[in-house]
Formats: sequence, structure tokens, C-alpha cells
Amino acid sequence: MSSLTLAEQVESAVSRALAEINAATTSRQLQAAKAAHNGPDSELAKLNASLKSLAPEQRKDAGATIGGGRKQVGQALTDRAVEVAAAEEQAKLEAEFIDVTALPQRLASGARHPLALMQEEMSDVFVGMGWEVAEGPEVEHEWYNFDALNVDPDHPARSESDTFYVEPEGSHLVLRTQTSPVQIRSLLTRDLPVYVVSPGRVFRTDDVDATHLPVFTQIEGLAIDRDLNMGHLRGTLEHLAKAMFGADARIRLRNNHFPFTEPSAEMDVWHPGMRGGPRWVEWGGCGMVNPNVLRAAGVDPDEYRGFAFGMGIERSLQFRYQLSDMRDMIEGDVRFSQQFGMVI
Amino acid sequence: MRIPLDWLADYVEVPADATPESVLEALVNVGLEDEAIHGGDVRGPLTVGRVLEFVGEPQKNGKIIRWVQVDVGEAEPRGIVCGADNFEVDDLVAVALPGTVLPGGFEISARKTYGHVSDGMMASSREVGLGSDHDGIMRLNEMGYDAAPGDDAKALLGLDKVAVEVAVTPDRGYALSMRGIAREFSNSTGAAFTDPALIETGSGSGYTVTLADDAPVRGRVGCSRFITRSVRGIDALAPTPAWMSQRLTLAGMRSISIAVDVTNYVMLELGQPLHAYDADQLTGGITVRRARAGETITTLDDSERKLSTEDLLITDESGPIGIAGVMGGATTEVTDQTQNVLIESAWFEPVTIGRSSRRHRLPSEASKRYARGIDPTIQEAAAERAVQLLVEFAGGTADALGGIAEIDVPETVAISLDRQKAPAIMGIAYTDAEQRQALEAIGADVADTESGWLVTPPAWRPDLTGPEQLVEEVARIVGFDRIESLLPVPPAGRGYTQSQRIRREVERQLAAAGATQVLLAPFMSRAQIDMTGEPAAELSNALDNERRWLRTGLTAGLVEALARNVARGLTDAAIYEVGTVFLPSGEHGTAELPSAAQRPDAATLEQLDNLPKQPKHVGIALTGARTPKQPGQPAAAYDLADAIDLLRVAARAAGAEFGVRQGQRSWTHPGRTAELTVGEAVVGYAAELLPAVAKEHALQTVIVGEIDLDLLEQLRRASLAPGEIAAVPAATQDLSLTVASEIPAGDVLAVVREGAGGLLESITLVDDYRGAGLAENEKSLTFALRFRAADRTLKAEEASAAKLAGVAAAEARFGATLRA
Repeated sequence: MSSLTLAEQVESAVSRALAEINAATTSRQLQAAKAAHNGPDSELAKLNASLKSLAPEQRKDAGATIGGGRKQVGQALTDRAVEVAAAEEQAKLEAEFIDVTALPQRLASGARHPLALMQEEMSDVFVGMGWEVAEGPEVEHEWYNFDALNVDPDHPARSESDTFYVEPEGSHLVLRTQTSPVQIRSLLTRDLPVYVVSPGRVFRTDDVDATHLPVFTQIEGLAIDRDLNMGHLRGTLEHLAKAMFGADARIRLRNNHFPFTEPSAEMDVWHPGMRGGPRWVEWGGCGMVNPNVLRAAGVDPDEYRGFAFGMGIERSLQFRYQLSDMRDMIEGDVRFSQQFGMVI
Repeated sequence: MRIPLDWLADYVEVPADATPESVLEALVNVGLEDEAIHGGDVRGPLTVGRVLEFVGEPQKNGKIIRWVQVDVGEAEPRGIVCGADNFEVDDLVAVALPGTVLPGGFEISARKTYGHVSDGMMASSREVGLGSDHDGIMRLNEMGYDAAPGDDAKALLGLDKVAVEVAVTPDRGYALSMRGIAREFSNSTGAAFTDPALIETGSGSGYTVTLADDAPVRGRVGCSRFITRSVRGIDALAPTPAWMSQRLTLAGMRSISIAVDVTNYVMLELGQPLHAYDADQLTGGITVRRARAGETITTLDDSERKLSTEDLLITDESGPIGIAGVMGGATTEVTDQTQNVLIESAWFEPVTIGRSSRRHRLPSEASKRYARGIDPTIQEAAAERAVQLLVEFAGGTADALGGIAEIDVPETVAISLDRQKAPAIMGIAYTDAEQRQALEAIGADVADTESGWLVTPPAWRPDLTGPEQLVEEVARIVGFDRIESLLPVPPAGRGYTQSQRIRREVERQLAAAGATQVLLAPFMSRAQIDMTGEPAAELSNALDNERRWLRTGLTAGLVEALARNVARGLTDAAIYEVGTVFLPSGEHGTAELPSAAQRPDAATLEQLDNLPKQPKHVGIALTGARTPKQPGQPAAAYDLADAIDLLRVAARAAGAEFGVRQGQRSWTHPGRTAELTVGEAVVGYAAELLPAVAKEHALQTVIVGEIDLDLLEQLRRASLAPGEIAAVPAATQDLSLTVASEIPAGDVLAVVREGAGGLLESITLVDDYRGAGLAENEKSLTFALRFRAADRTLKAEEASAAKLAGVAAAEARFGATLRA
């Protein structure tokens, strides 16, 4: 051994060091290689320490030789550390694989009721036009529900086979059969002109079946101003229809009879998205407000005129989504609301 | 109203190429609503046959069937098996040969039965859709038909005829007649119209009719006209002519007997209900009067009816013989033995008839027409028409006996119509000629005035009482399709109100927090109402008498809905409802109904608003797992904290924060009930449902809660006062206090907060420890405190001093001790 030159010894130490460093695949192995070949107990460190025993004139060259070796080993350690760290990071990421299809859902998925959503959607269209939304009591005085709306005292709609009455008998309280009482309340309390829609629950003594509910939802509109005519009624309904059923929706009015409007009309909507092809669908009733209704609210019919309309929200929901059974809307089965989610 | 098309063609020119659809469309265009098309549903070879011979063949089941040879106009007779025995050799019958399709899509084919191949079927009336008679097969010769074997029986029986059905609105009683419909068809198409009521009329005399209404309803005399005519010597058993019974059948009425059929036929033709009395059963003259208290009558349907003093009666000297306009009495009914008939043709007042019909639950064809108002000028014509038909088809002779009584006959009042009215209301530039022609078309008398016209409506249009009604007539005759599409420009709006925005936000956020919105009916049972013990509004006429109360809270309904979900296998559910509850207190409503002729005065309006309070509530109900068991995730059941969390979400959406304290409700777990407060007010609760109540609904653990949203809205923070956020560091410290275990942690927290003063920025409870190191009835509460001064970095001593002030307060109040 002692026959080897210093240069040979350095070269040998460096090559063993590099072999071990490059063989290291983990940071732990690399640490071990570093300790063995770059630490105070390493061969190169020992050679370095032996410089002291050399003659001063030999030291410079020998020092350069050893220093070069140490630098080579240090550089190799640094380079290898980067490679090992990258490999280890990669391995860690691979080990952290998770099956994203098996993750738990911790936050439950709630849902709105589609009738509430549709009520909002329709109200929004009117608010967008500058109308306001008015509401009123569900247990209502008969005067608001019938008399003020020009419904004759003997009109069949007032019979117990149509209208829920509240005890005691003769107190003239009913469960409102329409949201029209809100129109009267609006006329009595608001400044003219009045443009309001009144969405809400109404009640009729219909037994529950696929097409009837004793409690259902309506939205009604009332516009009272100086120069309104049937054209404004049609235009307003057409605007709503297009918002609800697409740009191709249209409104058709057919003469009909209601006590609170004169002239009165049944409105059909041309529903372009109807399953089985576009067609006319009965949507609700409307007309020019009967002067008797205005008088009951203290509005001068010679000065003001207006229109009113109303449609069922259940029915609108039914034909927009081809729902055949209305019972699903009131039974509280969570699956019904959940199929609509948060927006319709 | 069903309109046989060939009948319609008697009074108005129906184009040769008209289809049921085109006729319906024409009627819809003038404001009638299309309902259906009837008839034409027998197809194929329904053929006239003559019975040549038959053999009765007893069967094992005891029945005797007949094996019949029938001549159907072919070279050879057909062999047909028939179960009926009401026919003889030589009878003409209707044979459904193989290939015939009967109503309901029932197709006849040759088939083997009772040991023969039956080459068709001999049909009963019911089988071809002519009424309900199924006692035997039709004997065409007995029914008055003259035909030969091989003739088309469909044409013979009128089965090839079609009727269209329209819905008639309550204001248009006149359209419940061929006369009225024909006029509307003419209005729609321009076809020439002949008024069937314009006939020469005779009259009788000598029969006393007295109109003695001493108690008019709503001030309106019950009977204004009462015409009688008589026909003697009729054959009550004479067959109704085939064309008449076919028309009646197609119009939806049953053919009964010649006398009854004639009165029904004239009613359908002219809209005037008629009644036929057996003249020999009448005792003395007729008096029309109100019923007396306690009076009864046995009506045609053999039921004895207790009468109201509001019922209008037809009486003779024997007593009541009919409820006017609703149903005749049994004692004077026309029978098979009747020889002499007295015809009644009267005008009865709509309100009286409408009330009697509803009171006795007798919505007859007659009452339907009277209740809508009939033409007060055609009683003579209708009686004349009935007399003529009875003379012609029942073999009687018109008799001189009869009578006319009249009182307060309604008159039509002329209406002034400004020429600008219809254009202004409809937004259509009608010409004067258009308006005038439309009004004349509906039968009105139109006279020019300076500003427009003076319009006298026709007698059959009692609904036309003001200019607006005339505008509607002009609009429908000219056509609703002329209406333009315009958008009005309302004054600038203010958007949604605060409470509308709050409600929407509450509904959205609860859904976002994982709950599902439901909308439930508010009808509750006594047990459900008793749960809360609040007084409830009660319905007089609930659909389900068990559920005749209106909800005072949302919880009971939600629990019920939860049970429905669980019963359907949806065992993990969080549902919520935002809805109205009804809270009566004392007396509501008014005894009187004020007039609607003008705006009620302020005092009256105040009385009208005496309604039960109807606040909006939000309610929740939870059961099963909040988080179901999943990989790496143990199951977590819904608990009280979830309910309070959800309600906190709702309250925050409404702009309010509530406090929580221990509470009690009769329907909830006594140790697991939280009362939710804002200031001093209780705004709601959250609790575990009493296990016994849950069990009644077959439910396990149920968590419920409810908040009064209206109250919350009133109590929400008055205004926001946002300040600047101090950027200086905070000093955080922990604090453990030992207190008696029954002291609510929330109370301790509140006292510490108060005691620590303004430097305390935040305090939260982080632990509630019981066990080793503590006495049996003690607990240790650990709080995390964060101190901060607005203007400087706090020194540790300052924070400690504030904390100790809090400790001192808790010590003074609860005997709390600082735990090392």
C-alpha cells in the first residue's frame, strides 16, 4: 500500500466515494456515504491530516490533489442529494394515491322545494320589470276573498263544497281560495299606480288525487294605472312565458268568465319544449279588472283601469317537467325535492 | 253542453264539409270552451237482421241459450248464439257481424261458443252505446224502426251521428240550448241563423195559477212567469220517435217516455225547462209560494225531502207538488197510465233555484239553467213547442185549458256605450261599424247616440249589465286574436321587502347546509294540535274531519313527513319547512259582511283585519345519520347540536344571533331541550323528540326545532356597526374552572365574559371534564380566551389580570374555583 503515490491514494478514495454516493437511492444511504467519504473520519480527511507530516515544499501540490478530490466528492454529494430528494418525493406522492371515487361525503346535499323555486323564478321576472311582490294572510276575511272581488253572495264558489270556512260559523273567515284578496289589500294600502304580483298558498275543498290538492300555490298579478288595456296584459304574460318556457313561447287569450274581470280570458301558453312536441297548454285566467272591484277598493274606475291574471304554480311545474302526480308535491318525500336540487 | 251536429244544422247553416273539430273551433272562437267529441264510436258492419228461427238449448250452468238463424240480407242466413230471450221470430234486430267494433274498442269476431260457431252478435242498446238498457237485445220493430235485413243499422240507430261538447261559463245560461249555440255558431262563421223560439204560439185559459211569493230571497220574487198548457188523450206508451231519442241520447240525456222526452227535447232546443204533470192527479189550481216551516215533499226520485222556508214550491190544493225549477213531486208524476198532461213553462229566479238545488243536492238539467238565468220571453213558445210535439207523437189533442200568471217580469235595461270604451279597454282600434255589428249579432237592440250607442241587450242575456260587458261582447265577436302584445312601464320598483329577502335567504341557506325543503298541508289532528297546547283555528268543513284544525306550529307536520320518509326506506333525513302557522286568540272575524259597493271606512277595515295571527315559522326535523358510515369515516347520527347549528344558520340568514339555554317542552326530551333566545324573548326551540312521541310514528331518535321567523325579524340587530379591525397582536390564555356539575356551561361562560371586561375579545368552551381528580358532583370547564387592546400590544400581566377578574366573577356567582 505504501508503495502507492498520494495521487493514487486520492484517486482510489474518490472513486470509492463516488461509487457509494451514486449507489445511494435514499437520503439515509446518502447520509451514510457522506459520513464515510466526506466526514472527519473519511479517507480523504485522513490524507488531508497527513499533509502536516510532509515537507513544506511538497505540501502545496499534495494539498491541491487532496482538495480536488474532496471537491469532487462534495459536488457528487450535492448532485446526488437533489436526485434522491426528487425520487423520494415522487415515491411519496405515488404512495399517497387515494381512490377519489371512494371518498366519504361529509356534508349532506340539501335541496329546495321546486314549488318554492318556481315561485321565486316567476317573482324575479316581475321584480325585473319593476313590479313588487305583495303577500297576505291565508286565513282571510270573506269580504276580501269574495265580496270585494265582485263575487255574488250566491256564487257557487262560496259554497262549502268549494271553500273552507273557519269556525265559528258566521264569522266570515275562510281559507283564501285565491291570492286575489292580496290585490284588494294592495289597492287599499298602496299609492296608485299599483303593479304587484302575489304568490302564495291557496285552499279549495278538493280531495287529494293526481290532479287536485286541497292546498296549492298560485301567483297572481295586478296592474292598475291610467291607460292600461288588454294588450298590456298580453304583453306582460308573453314576457313571463318567454322567461319561463323559452323565446318561442307565445300567449293566446280565449274569452272566458270570471267575476273579478271584464272582459275575461283564459290564457294558453305555447310551450315549445313540451314533451311530444310543442303545443298550447292552459295556463290560467286573466282579464281587465272589473270596475266593481276598483270601487270596493276606493279606486275611481273612470280614472284608473288595469288588468289581473293568475296561474297555478303546481300546474306550471307539472307541464314544464311533465309531472303526472301532484301528490308528490305535498307529501314531503325528500326524493321529490332532491331531484330538483337548488335551482330549476 | 253537448251539441248533436245534425240538430245544430236545424237552426243554422252548418257547411257541408264541417267536421266536429271545425265546429268546435268555431264555437271556441266566440268564447266557448271545447270539452270533447262524442259518438261515431261504433264502426264496421252493424247490420239489420230478421230472426228466421231459433232453438232454445239448456246448458249445464242452468242457462238457456238460443241458437238463432238470422237473415242479414245475404244469400244464406247466419247462425248466432244469443243469451237473451226477449225476441220472437220475425223480429228485426241489430247484428254486429264479425268486424264490427263496439264502443270501448270491443271488436266482434266469429267465435265458437256453446257448441256452435256464433257468426256475430245480436246487440242490446247498451252494447252500442245507446243508454243503459241491457235487459235484452234491441227489437228494432218494437222501437218504431222500419228497415229491411241487410240495412246499415248504424245509420238506422243514429250511431253515425256526432255531438261536440262545450263548457259554458256561468254567465252564459243561454248557451245551454241549441238556440243559443246556433246563434254563437252564426256569430262565429256568419252562417244564417233561424231562431227556433220565433213560432206562432197559442194559449189556454181557465186554469188558475197564483203567484204568491211572500218571502222573496234577496228581494227578488221567485217566480215571475208561469204558463200552463194542456194536452188531452195522449198515449203515454207511444214510442219516442227514433230521431228524437237519438238526439237526446247524443246530447247526454236518457230517453224515458214520450211525455218526458218531449219536455227534455224542448229544454235542450230552447233552454226553457218544462215540467209535465198528470193533469188528472192535480187538485184544483196551482199556487207558487215559499215552503212553510216543517213542510215536506216526496220528489220524483221517491225521496222525502224536508223543505226550507226559502224553497219555492209549486202547490195545488193537496199541498206541494214540486220544488220549483229543481224537481217535480211524485204524486203528479206522468206515468204509463197518464192520459191528460199539463205543461208548466215558467221563469224562476236564479238565486232561489240555485240555493234550493244546492240545499237538496239536486243539480238537475232544469236547475242548472234556471240558476244561470233563462230568457223571460220564451215561455209561451216553449209550451207551444211541447204541445205540438205531444200532439204529433203521443196522439193527443191540444186543449183550451191553460193559464198565464205574471208578476215583476225582469226587464232589460238599456246601457250607454261610449264608442271609445272598447278601443280603450282592448287596445284595438275598432271601427264604429265593427262595434255596432257585433252588438247586433248577439241580439241587442242598438240605437245611435252622440258619443256612441244606447244598447238594449237581448232578453236571454241577463249578464249584460254594464258597458264593460258590452266591450267583452264586441271583443269576442270581433276576435281576441286582434289583441296586441304591449309591455306596460311601471314606476320604478323597490324589489323584494326585507322579510321576503330574509325568507328566501333562510330557505336557501338551510338547503345549502344539507337540509331538504318540504311543503306540507296545514291540516292537523287534535292530537297534533294538543302537542303544543296552543288554541287552534278550526275548519267548519274539513275534508277529513279528523284533521279539521290549522297548524299552530310546523313540528307536528314535519315529524309526520319524516315518518313517511322513513317508512319509504329513507332512514337518514333532514327536512325543513318555511310556512305559515295560525294562532287565534279570542274572537276573530265579523258577524256582518260589509258592502263592497265602495271602500269600507277605516273602522270597518280594522274589523276586517281582526284575523288570527299568521306568522311565518321555520321548522326542522332530523333523523338517522348526518354522515353515514363510509370508507375511513365512521357513521355520525344527527344530534341536538346539528339542529341548533341548522337553526343558527337560519337565524343568521335572518340577521340574528340567538342564545341557547336549557328548556322544557311537553313533547320533547326533558334533559335535551334547548330554548333559543334573542334578548329576553324566546324565538324558538330545538330538542330531541320525546322517545314515546317518536315511537308513535315508528321513528327512532328524532331531533326537531322551530323558530318564529317574524319574531326573529323584529328582534334582529337594528343596524350594523362595523368598526376597524385592530392589527396589534393578541394575547391568548386558557382557563379551567371547577364548578358544580349542574351549572350550565353557557352561564359560566357568560359570567366570565362579563367579568373579564372589554379586553376579552373572544371566549370559547373547549372542554368539559368530569372524573379523576374531581369530586362526584363537579366538572371542570376549560375555556380558550383571546385578549386584545385596540391601541397597543397587551402585556401578559394585563391579560392575566382580566382573566382573573373573570374568575372572580365566576367564583362570586357559582363558587367556581380556578383549577391548577
